[in-house]
This record gives sequence, structure tokens and C-alpha cells, in this order.
Amino acid sequence: MFKPVEIAPGIYSVGCRDWDIRDFHGYSTYEGTSYNAFLILDEKNVLIDTVKKEFAQELLDNISKIIDPADIDVVISNHTEMDHSGALTTVMKRIGSDKTVLCSKMGLKNLNSHFPGKLNLRAVENGEELCLGKRTLAFMETRMLHWPDSMFTYAKEDKILFSSDAFGQHYAGDCAFDDEIGERVMDHAAKYYANILLNYSTKVQGLLTSVQASGLEINMICPDHGVIFRKDPGAIIAKYDQWSRQECSRKAVIIFDTMWKSTAVMAREVAKGIESRDVHVRLMNTRKCHRSDIMTEVMDAKALVVGSPTLNNGIFPVVADVLTYIKGLRPQNRLAAAFGSYGWSGEAVKILNREFEAMKMEVIHEGLKVQYVPEPGDLENCFSMGKDIADKIIETS
Amino acid sequence: MSKYECPCDYVYDPAEGDFENGIEAGTAFEDLPDSWVCPLCGAEKEFFEKLD
Repeated sequence: MFKPVEIAPGIYSVGCRDWDIRDFHGYSTYEGTSYNAFLILDEKNVLIDTVKKEFAQELLDNISKIIDPADIDVVISNHTEMDHSGALTTVMKRIGSDKTVLCSKMGLKNLNSHFPGKLNLRAVENGEELCLGKRTLAFMETRMLHWPDSMFTYAKEDKILFSSDAFGQHYAGDCAFDDEIGERVMDHAAKYYANILLNYSTKVQGLLTSVQASGLEINMICPDHGVIFRKDPGAIIAKYDQWSRQECSRKAVIIFDTMWKSTAVMAREVAKGIESRDVHVRLMNTRKCHRSDIMTEVMDAKALVVGSPTLNNGIFPVVADVLTYIKGLRPQNRLAAAFGSYGWSGEAVKILNREFEAMKMEVIHEGLKVQYVPEPGDLENCFSMGKDIADKIIETS
Repeated sequence: MSKYECPCDYVYDPAEGDFENGIEAGTAFEDLPDSWVCPLCGAEKEFFEKLD
């Protein structure tokens, strides 16, 4: 945004929107993203988080529309990653290099690695409070959500949670709040969860349980990307609960690539077989669909069906790219099956099965491989494999 | 025997071992196989820090 938005009396959203970014470290951001930062005015003025390095001036301009940046007393860094602290040293020159930057214990290590000796850092303890005058801020360590340094800052009187990357969405648009953007926010939030947080689902469950047990009231959630949840923060918390349980729907995703269309033809037949049992199926060609969109579909799919031609005794490189990505995000409790065509040596299915086992997936079919071009009998086998996959999905859901 | 902490907050306690991954109680961190990784976040042994 090019002007600050007052989100509560004396609390402003002062971050920047990155309208142009379409590739966020390998995550497709069709609607850009935002780097949110928040200014709290009190007896002590506080800035929570900064922005990507190249947006430093825009952040300072936004702050200057409310107060002189030099009047900020304390800066809080909830997360070291460079989209939130890249501008830190530039911004601190304007605020005052001697002013304190508060962060978590791991934040201290990580910020020191990025900016050795350039910041006056102090690590806060988990649960530590900071009195600003009328307001009190409390710090919550949230390691691995999604970096070791991640923490939340909670404004106690206003019941506002500044949640760093958690609950974020890569979205730069004309909306600043959940009630403005509407239902669409959940599609963005789901993609964010699938691609950034899925592998830390156990930690998310732990956090949600401890937040519930502590009785923490939350009127508003301010993440570091995308819109602020002011109308219904409970809705995104409920979604995080659902996603972190890794609950799947009756759905299969067929991830495939093809060289001379044989594996593509097989993929369609497998899909027909799955669909014949009224189980949802998505066909995703790895050169047509972005890996981060595939991951979003994988998040709630019970079965992963992967088709790859054999190329030079291995799996197709683009399929390998997507599989490596999925593996790192650690989807749990999934079913899997492989298929693919080959010319003279057909290792792909065997390699895929090994990968499924490494991902602790239940391989429910030995796999189908077809030399050169599938014949009618091969297509029947593909259809039949699809049916078996669907039946297993129904049986286990 | 010392405990070791992963960047993700997991602490390897030799008194407990890591039963789920086949590490018996009483195994020193130094004696863990090189293939052992953090059961929570997957980080390798070299990223762990010794706790006092």
C-alpha cells in the first residue's frame, strides 16, 4: 500500500505491496505479495517487522505519514527471513542505529549472521512482556513456524496477534482485510500453508493446543503477508487446525509428464478409472502446472499417483523436481502409485516406488509400465489401476 | 553424556534415545549413526549444539 491503514486506534499497517513478484523463491505468486509491517503508537513507539530490502524507502515513507521514524523507540523482528528483515539496517539508520531491535534467541543468532555487528539486538524470553505505556506486548516463541527464529508478538489490551509468516497469504491487491477480500483469502492461505508450513504441521498442532489451553483471546490476526483477519480470525485458525491434521478428502492427484504422449494417455486412463468410482481426481502435467500449485492440490489429496517416462534410465527431470519439492513438505498418511512409458529400459516406475517408500507413503499398486505406446490392453490396466486407487481411497477415508 | 539441541528446539537426550527411529536409551549423541536426523525437522547431526 502507498498509505498507512489504521487497523485499531493507534496501530497502523505500514508495510508495502510487491505487485510485480511472480516467483517467490520458487513459489508462484500470481497476485504478488505484501510485506506487512506494523506501527504502534504509545508512550513507547514500536515498529513490528520491516520489509524486503528494496522496499525500505517505501516503508519509511509510510511511517513518515504518521510519525517521524526517529521517534520509534523499539523495533521488533518476529522473523529473520529477508522479506521481513532485509530492510532492517537501512530502516534503523533512519530510526537510530542505537535503538533496540528485539527478537527471539534464535533470531539473535540469525540476524547476527545476516548483519554482523550492525544492529543493537536483544533476545526476548518466551512469554516476556514489554510495557509501552497504555499497552503491553507479549512475545511467544514459535520455533519452526517456519524458521528457528520465528516468534509472535501479542498486543494484550487490543488482543491483536502479530503472527509473522503464520496465517499469511501471498496476495497484493486492493484489499487489506479478510472481510474485504471474502472467501478468496482461504485459497491463498491454503496455498501458503501447503507450500510453507505443511512440514511443520506437528508444531502447528502443538501451538494451537497451547494457545487454546492458555485461553488467549484473539480479536485480530496480523500476518506478515496478505490481508489481516479482523472479521473472523477464528476461521483461519480453524483452517490451520484442519490442514495441520493433514486430513484428506476423497481425492487423487495425478502428477505426470510425457515425452511422446504415451504417459499422458496412460494418465488419462488412470484418471477415468478413479473418476468411475466418484472419487475426485486432478491431472497435473508438471510442465503445465507450477510445483507450488501441485503442492496445494496434494495437501488434501489422499492419493498421489505419479506418471513418468523413463529418460536415460531415470525419471523425467521435471517430475523429479516436483517430487523433491513434495518430499520436503512431508505430506503424511498418503497412498501412492506409479506408472509410465519407456523405450528400451524402464526404470522410472521402480524409482518412483522407492521415492514413495522414502516418503513413508503406502504404495498400493506395483506400478504400470508400458513400452513405447500403450495398447488397448495396457489402457484397460490403467483404468483398472485407477479403480483400485479409488477403492483404496474410499476404504481408508 | 550430554544432551544436544536441534535448531528446531528438539533436544536429543541420551537417557531416552530415539525409540521410534531405532536408537536405544543410553546411546550417546556421538554414537548416533551419521544417517540419524532430527525426528522433528530432519536436520542432520552436524547442526545440533551441545547443551551444558
